[in-house]
Amino acid sequence: METLLIEGSAKTPTIKFDAEQGVIEIKGRSIPENSIEFYKPLIDWLEKYSAKPKPSTTVNIQLEYFNTSSSKCILDVFKKLESINKGGESQVIINWHYEEDDEDMSEAGEDYQAIINVPFKMVMVEE
Amino acid sequence: MLDIYEFYDKMERNKIMLSFKGDITSELLTSILQIMESKLDNLQEEPKIKKKVYNVLVECLQNLYHHLDVDVNDESEKAKKYRSAIFMIGKIGTEYNIITGNYILNENVEPLRLKLNKINVMSKDELKEYYKEILNNDLFSEKGGGGLGMIDIARKSGQKLNFNFVGVDNQYSFFSLNIKIS
Repeated sequence: METLLIEGSAKTPTIKFDAEQGVIEIKGRSIPENSIEFYKPLIDWLEKYSAKPKPSTTVNIQLEYFNTSSSKCILDVFKKLESINKGGESQVIINWHYEEDDEDMSEAGEDYQAIINVPFKMVMVEE
Repeated sequence: MLDIYEFYDKMERNKIMLSFKGDITSELLTSILQIMESKLDNLQEEPKIKKKVYNVLVECLQNLYHHLDVDVNDESEKAKKYRSAIFMIGKIGTEYNIITGNYILNENVEPLRLKLNKINVMSKDELKEYYKEILNNDLFSEKGGGGLGMIDIARKSGQKLNFNFVGVDNQYSFFSLNIKIS
């Protein structure tokens, strides 16, 4: 399965979804007006990946900013990951990165943690 | 003749850093955000405040972009007038003021007023629960906004949403929103 690579822009994050490594990364800022359009290929990729996932999938989310329209799309990504997380044969862990003094980003991570049923790790990053 | 000094003086007294009136396009929002980001950097604002201001700015501007009550393909003079919006950001002392104004169909005034009043009586924890509830309900509004913007603005600013409606004619009212961040 091909790696999904999208270079970041002023309004969209850098995407690296690597099926061989079982590593999924979303980094940068996600503030597009039309988030559904941006996230569609990511959801499609995960749909394919979910047919034959790696025994262990690591998800790294490291966002500086995201808007509310992205927040629904990010939840959709997490819900796809939830369906891949089946215990023994296929495990998923989400690492939610936030900067030391960024309470809003840490709280956003907690919000997702409360909604989805996937091991969720809060990772503090020093500025 | 238009008294430009009067305009300038009013903006100066309100410490306006940037303002815009006109059509809200995606490219315009990109430019405004770039300008504001460098202004916040130049002010050497602490990262925490900078992020809050930037986040609230994004939501306020994207509200203007998504929630125009006028068909974007309508090229009539009337449509052009009602599609126009205003945006201002100022800083008085340590407090940032983000102000937006746009036309809204009269029939949409009461639903929006109810929604904003509902948000305004919520505590911090209630807003968090309400946010999660809307986030998790799968429905995106037809304009793609998601319905989370105002809740997010209230959560991040930590203050009540200050808003007003002014009747314009039998079809439209003017909606204004003033968000303070300190």
